[in-house]
Amino acid sequence: MKFLEENIVKVGVEVADAESAIEAAGNLLFTQGLVERSYIEAMKNSFKENGPYFVLAPQIAIPHARPEDGVNEASVSMVQLKNPIKFGHASNDPVRLVFGLGASSSDEHLTLLRELTSLLNNQENVEKLTNAKSYDEIKNILEMERLG
Amino acid sequence: MKILTVCGLGQGTSLILKMNVEQALASKGISADVEHTDVSTASSMSADYIITSNELAESLIGHSAKVFIVNNYFDMDEINKAIDENIAG
Repeated sequence: MKFLEENIVKVGVEVADAESAIEAAGNLLFTQGLVERSYIEAMKNSFKENGPYFVLAPQIAIPHARPEDGVNEASVSMVQLKNPIKFGHASNDPVRLVFGLGASSSDEHLTLLRELTSLLNNQENVEKLTNAKSYDEIKNILEMERLG
Repeated sequence: MKILTVCGLGQGTSLILKMNVEQALASKGISADVEHTDVSTASSMSADYIITSNELAESLIGHSAKVFIVNNYFDMDEINKAIDENIAG
């Protein structure tokens, strides 16, 4: 189980559109062997088929696919976008934070979603993540969250 | 009372919504069976209420359950308000 560890978090990423933003979040998981290349394609296909419903809150997108699309380990990556990107969501556009969710069918999946939910339920954390300049700042936010 | 939280795949976002809906219901002392699922499965399931995003609500028009929308899945105030307005306590 991997949750926002240093090698799956990237700040200040420049992309041209929503699809590239999803790809960037997926690529972090792929590079670490947490998902297969096919999973990234499935994430992008889900966006095409089901639309931007995974833009769950203002500035926040959580693209994902199904475990059987090629997940090796339950995981959450994060791409902080340098420039806000429109995903086409009626109320939550534009997106600044993209959390790539490697969805597994194990209990770890539930644990990861709990951690992510408790992190993002706090609007202050969202602002800090959006403004963070380095991984160290993000690490601090995560550590504070664990202590709290 | 049966409540479905619905997303496109039934894997991630509907589970996040389920967690926060359960938390909101618990704080109000409302007991309900909350299940998460994908939008096509939800169409053929029976439930009293369906909670989903604006984007997916259109696909559920005509469902016998009362469908209502949450825009910000991480805003407990919005979730609490939506439950107060749509689910008679």
